[in-house]
Amino acid sequence: MTALLHGAADWWSLFAHFLMLSLLSIGGAISTTPEMHRFLVEQQHWMSDEQFSASIAIAQAAPGPNLLFVAVLGWGVAGVLGMAVTMLGILLPSTTLTLAAARWGETRRETRGVQAFVNGMAPLTVGLVLSSGWVLGAPARTAWPLALLALATVAVCVRTKVSPLWLIAAGGIVGAFVA
Amino acid sequence: MPSPPDAPHSVLDDESPRQPRSPAELFRVFNRLALQGFGGVLPIAQRELVERERWLTREQFVELLSVAQVLPGPNVVNLSLMFGDRAFGWRGGLAALGGMIAAPLLVVIALAALYTRFASHPVVAGALRGMGAVAAGLIFATGLKLIPALRRSALGLAPALACAAATFVAIGLLRVPLVAVLAVLGGGSCAWAWRRLAR
Repeated sequence: MTALLHGAADWWSLFAHFLMLSLLSIGGAISTTPEMHRFLVEQQHWMSDEQFSASIAIAQAAPGPNLLFVAVLGWGVAGVLGMAVTMLGILLPSTTLTLAAARWGETRRETRGVQAFVNGMAPLTVGLVLSSGWVLGAPARTAWPLALLALATVAVCVRTKVSPLWLIAAGGIVGAFVA
Repeated sequence: MPSPPDAPHSVLDDESPRQPRSPAELFRVFNRLALQGFGGVLPIAQRELVERERWLTREQFVELLSVAQVLPGPNVVNLSLMFGDRAFGWRGGLAALGGMIAAPLLVVIALAALYTRFASHPVVAGALRGMGAVAAGLIFATGLKLIPALRRSALGLAPALACAAATFVAIGLLRVPLVAVLAVLGGGSCAWAWRRLAR
């Protein structure tokens, strides 16, 4: 698998590219997928179009943060080492910046500026969570059994304390037979 | 640190009712919530941190998420890092982040190895679509559950709700790029909060 990367220059360019993408990943790593696709598939030819799409689908079917699609991409390009390089690249800049910003904000919690920021941003956060649900539900709106499934999930989740795991399992079973 | 299990949460007291006891506990809880997070960890994070462990109030959860949102990096990853750092410094941050990522990483690689063989099977494809629909519903429901956190907003309830609705229309329906929405709506909203906080 490592035959795709030739020498230190290729490894460095893979690492450097993900370092840069990390700083651009406002709203999550998933928002940088167009740029990742351009680099890995179109520019470097390190993976095929199908492989790229499948990597994202796999990460979404698996538990854990969506960010893990970056690990699958790295794995696809260069195995375990590729995974380590892409994950370190995507995590280092954003985590460092987050820690610094969080500490800076924590010491100024009661200042008018920080209060204006957290109060001003809270409604956007709620709106963004609703938007993610809506956008991810787009495939479900093309088939009524899936749309019904998504609607029922919203109702059950808001009204009861049933574990989401059961709902996911139910979704898998219904989907296997109906969709 | 012993704390009364069900201490009533005063509106004046913005401290969360409970605290994690050690970085090891942080690792365990974030590991548990990450491994339950199919199609997105956010709904589980809200459920585990706010409803089950009660380490955060709903308002504190929205606040952390707001900060996580505007910084680069995945929201739940930033959220775990900031929460862990607040509790135990960088060791806590690493523990929460490690818990969030380590085990799911192994699962996802195992799945990647399996996927190539079974992806085209219609039952597998159908099951994945069904799970995707439920995952979308879970995230939408989480958004609905967070709306009450806006009740105490310095913006005032009606402007805060209007701003949340405008964000949904812009991002969810019109697909305006996030950075533009953060700059225009976010900037306006923060400026409005700044003015109101002067009183």
